[in-house]
Amino acid sequence: MAELDIKDIIREENLVYKKSTLLTDNVMHYCPGCTHGVVHKLVAEVIEEMGIQEQTVGVSPVGCSVFAYNYIDIDWSEAAHGRAPAVATAIKRLMPDKYVFTYQGDGDLASIGAAEILHACNRGEDIVVIFINNAIYGMTGGQMAPTTLVGMPTATCPYGRDISLNGYPLKMTELVAQLPGTCFVTRQSAQSASAVRKCKKAIRKAFENQNKKKGTSFIEVVATCNSGWKMNPVKANEWMEKHMFPFYPLGDLKDCEKSPAEEYNKYMEE
Amino acid sequence: MGELRLMKGNEVIAEAAIRAGADGYFGYPITPQSEIMETLMARKPWEETGMVVLQAESEVASINMVYGGAGCGKKVMTSSSSPGVSLMMEGVSYIAGAELPCLVVNIVRGGPGLGTIQPSQADYFQAVKGGGHGDYRLIVLAPNSVQEMNDHVALGFDLAFKYRNPAMILSDGVIGQMMEKVELSDFKPRLTEKEIIEKYGDWATTGKPGTRNQNVITSLELQSEIMEKRNQHLLKKYESMQQDVMYEEIMTEDAEYLFVAFGSSSRICQKAIEIAREKGIKVGLFRPITLYPFPTKQLKERGQKMKGILSVEMNAGQMIEDVKLAVECKVPVEWFGRFGGIIPSPQEIVDALEQKIIGG
Repeated sequence: MAELDIKDIIREENLVYKKSTLLTDNVMHYCPGCTHGVVHKLVAEVIEEMGIQEQTVGVSPVGCSVFAYNYIDIDWSEAAHGRAPAVATAIKRLMPDKYVFTYQGDGDLASIGAAEILHACNRGEDIVVIFINNAIYGMTGGQMAPTTLVGMPTATCPYGRDISLNGYPLKMTELVAQLPGTCFVTRQSAQSASAVRKCKKAIRKAFENQNKKKGTSFIEVVATCNSGWKMNPVKANEWMEKHMFPFYPLGDLKDCEKSPAEEYNKYMEE
Repeated sequence: MGELRLMKGNEVIAEAAIRAGADGYFGYPITPQSEIMETLMARKPWEETGMVVLQAESEVASINMVYGGAGCGKKVMTSSSSPGVSLMMEGVSYIAGAELPCLVVNIVRGGPGLGTIQPSQADYFQAVKGGGHGDYRLIVLAPNSVQEMNDHVALGFDLAFKYRNPAMILSDGVIGQMMEKVELSDFKPRLTEKEIIEKYGDWATTGKPGTRNQNVITSLELQSEIMEKRNQHLLKKYESMQQDVMYEEIMTEDAEYLFVAFGSSSRICQKAIEIAREKGIKVGLFRPITLYPFPTKQLKERGQKMKGILSVEMNAGQMIEDVKLAVECKVPVEWFGRFGGIIPSPQEIVDALEQKIIGG
């Protein structure tokens, strides 16, 4: 059998996958094994597939994904730490026909920005929230996050998170699911091909909800921070499946067909 | 002649915002300025002009909503009073860093801390010298009448957009709460997305069309060499604001002594001038209307001809530092003020002039 030339393989008709045109060629600053790159790719693909690049404004946080605007070629507003939901609220209210999403980590969303996320969700702001939960502060060097598991060591709880000292890990997704303003609340992951597919489907659904004026769509992605966790990427994924998933179970918590106002009226009648 | 009304200073801010074609107001209740949002909510401008009015969960959220809205090229504002404005300082610094236009109204009350709900001018330093972190400046307007509360809303927006910089109206509980005759501005329509681009440039986050590069609103720059250039650019911009300096002089032509006062203090000084002149003391008033840019050159010119200057402020002596710098300490400058929510009487001011300057 004659040897195949690489040029014979790389042909238009053989292509099954390509990089989203919305992903820039900038080299990502994320560590190898980090979940951010995968979720960035999914967000870019969803925006491109929906053809909404010209109507989309992203709000990036403070944390590892502070430079999200360097990687996805859309308009971005870089918010102060925790304030992305407030920034997104104004963008959406002033330009109601645009697609607006925040992309936040656990320190940003669940700690310093706890008030902003709860109130944006409670007002039923017509935005998408993508919440990356890797249970640690990555950018500042691996300190304890509100979502750090009990017993899990970090730079500021080196002997493991101690309930008597640090309180309990915060389940933001369960919290916002209680609010009548949210219409779609789900917890996903992105460590395997099937998980990535499910995660992308959830992101797509959340973006499609914005057209329907149904309220806030909230996607938590349980993620790894192998550098912060001091593990290699494979070990980090195993650790996440073994320890994070039991405490942060995957799946949809809420998926309403109706708008928050309709849901609320139904609840009051009952 | 525009529409004449008898109105509270706070109510006028709301009315003037609608008439200036503002796109959005985001605020949180605090005394003594809650009438601003109350007036807007009662007026329902979203039915009239499409203006968004939203009660936020905190001042922190309010100012960050302003950040988001201003980043879309919209004419957005917030209002608060001293403790609330302190909470906004982080956001104000980000807005200045990202070079966004917006209007912040501070109806000042006495501090520090929770202080009092009575009027004060104790936030001069915060407004003029910083307040938030980093090297930045606000455009600061100091109205001294309900009429100027009206005028400074449109002016504040104009200057904010001219320099792509946050502007602040530094007023106080006296002007916010008092009623006066006011000639309201005519209605200006809100700008469309296209008009905003034509008028102010194509920098806002309105969604990236294929015809331009992405727009990013940020104050972040990790490379020191580039950050220093950004700082230099800001510095140059702040210096250029001198061309928009505003001030007023009353009875200064023949004056031997000078009151320097802004806002409600300057109104009391006008009465003090009458009392002093009846006694044969030739005193005039120099009133900075823009506290930043401060009318340094103009005050130097007038002030250095004086025998003495009294800086009259409803605080523990803040603007006096800028007055001394302006006249390069070549003339005696003293401070007189009441604080904690106390408003000085005209007689007290005349007494202070006699004791601290003339007799001193």
